[in-house]
Amino acid sequence: MEERIIYAIIAVIGVPAALITYIWGTEQFLRIFPERVKPRLRPWLWMLPALGLLGLFLVYPMIGTIIASFQNHPGTAWVGLDNYGWFFGSADALSALKNNVLWLIFLTLLTVGFGLLVATLVDRVRYETAAKSVIFLPLAISMVAAGVIWLYMYQYKPPGAVQTGTLNAAIGVAGVGPIPWLQVQDFSVNTFMLILVMTWMWTGFGMVIISAALKGINPELLEAARVDGANEWQVFKGIVFPLLVPTIVVVGTTMIITALKAFDIVYTMTGGNLETDVIANLMYKEMFRFGQFGRASAVAVVLLLAIVPIMFFNIGRFRAQEAVR
Amino acid sequence: MTAAATPVSNVRPRAARRLRGGSIGLHTVVIFLMIIWAVPTVGLLLNSVRPGTEAAASGWWTAIFPPYSFTFENYAHVLEQSNIATNFLNSLIISIPATVIPIFVAAFAAYAFSWMEFPGRNILFVVVVGLLVVPLQATLIPILKLFAGWGIAGTFLAVWLAHTGYGLPFAIYLLRNFMGSLPREVFESAAIDGASPVTAFFRLAIPMSVPAIAALAIFQFLFVWNDLLVALIYIGAVRPDNLPLTVSIAGLVTSIGGGTEFLGAAAFLSMILPLVVFFALQRYFVRGIVGGSVKG
Repeated sequence: MEERIIYAIIAVIGVPAALITYIWGTEQFLRIFPERVKPRLRPWLWMLPALGLLGLFLVYPMIGTIIASFQNHPGTAWVGLDNYGWFFGSADALSALKNNVLWLIFLTLLTVGFGLLVATLVDRVRYETAAKSVIFLPLAISMVAAGVIWLYMYQYKPPGAVQTGTLNAAIGVAGVGPIPWLQVQDFSVNTFMLILVMTWMWTGFGMVIISAALKGINPELLEAARVDGANEWQVFKGIVFPLLVPTIVVVGTTMIITALKAFDIVYTMTGGNLETDVIANLMYKEMFRFGQFGRASAVAVVLLLAIVPIMFFNIGRFRAQEAVR
Repeated sequence: MTAAATPVSNVRPRAARRLRGGSIGLHTVVIFLMIIWAVPTVGLLLNSVRPGTEAAASGWWTAIFPPYSFTFENYAHVLEQSNIATNFLNSLIISIPATVIPIFVAAFAAYAFSWMEFPGRNILFVVVVGLLVVPLQATLIPILKLFAGWGIAGTFLAVWLAHTGYGLPFAIYLLRNFMGSLPREVFESAAIDGASPVTAFFRLAIPMSVPAIAALAIFQFLFVWNDLLVALIYIGAVRPDNLPLTVSIAGLVTSIGGGTEFLGAAAFLSMILPLVVFFALQRYFVRGIVGGSVKG
């Protein structure tokens, strides 16, 4: 217990102090260099902790993963593209890939759409804080808890029995169902049910960021448009929305990445069974359940490749943003 | 109208709100969305204060109507688990530095990316943003081997560093977008006045970036507090006494099997702190997170 208290003190006081000392120390360190070298050296010292940690925790394992994807599963021999051949020849893997495309499209559209809708609407009501808190709350819940919450929502009892699941009870009132939501594979209904859970969790993220950008818009600008006779929809379409576009792109990009990395909800709610598997869960299964490191690594590389277009999009946007700076 | 009558001040008159509204339709839509979003959590909350047998036999909404039979035995059961207090403390010890370290480290890097000139700046930033997509699961084994080699597997230090590494791409991305959109003149005039980059960073960049930092702090804290995988892999087998709250909650699911009423209680206990943090910090970022979008 004592050791833990010491840790707690290091945690709260020592760590920030050490980091501030570091950055202050860089300036002292730079004094020994001639004036003209300083500006060239300084940025690297400021970025050193970040680059070191990124290199260690992301770049180094990623290179290891790329190498492992060309090896057999104990890593003793090179197998060329065999692991990739397995991926594109496996019905399960292709189904996971298809599901990730559904995740990418619908999770992004739903979270950005609802986030924008909520942010715009609550800006006009007095109980804005309460409304935002309700929408944001799910993001404060761990995935494990969220999984259980939604198992209650989707719970299915055979027809005739008392429906304890919220959704089936609700449609039962209308005389429909019950429907075993997480087992319906037609039209990927069960995958959509999982996407809805993530939408419920992540709309708060989009809302908070879009709402913050909305607060930054100068109200006089909107007032001027109104004085000129523009109605609310024209104000939104002509002024508010264009100003929100960069923010929407940030939220959209984050959501696309979240969709591609979707794991926890699938893992807790269906385990990837019944055609609900996604790439991250497939990789987890190959790695930790089947011990197929080579295949798991190939899956990870496919995931990385899927993101390349988004990276290029980001580069383009970043360049454009820098141009106006 | 009222805006014209209000004296010019920093306080924005209510009538000059960004968007007008107030119709019945607007309130209906907002309240409908609030109900939809609240129902799943309210359902779990009600089930967490019902006896397990009843929660299994009827839906949570039956608890709203008489006869009432509420009980706190689920909460009592969870709190009696002797290690829950220790796990709570562990979660705190893990989460605070794992939130603070990436914010500092990312702020240094974001400042360099925003206001220092160096070759390859844009390419390097793009690489950092590209790292956002690296799936966590792909890094677990190489890192675990590394930690074991250094002899820090199972320690808090290992998870602090891991969470920092995983959180940095988003942190740098967010802070760079914000800091980069701060007015250039401020930093130029500070440099002319002879302020060192360290002074400009602590006196100007940090105070001006408070909304973004508050948002980042909330998100990073939530990710770390709610994390299961990183703790399970890097602490799990080596030092079970260092495990955070999420692991013991997940343990409740598997060990009790079907005892979801305990899980509801445990989930609510684990949500208290994140909610406190959210309400404490939210006022700091109502004025704007993504600075780039507000330059207009």
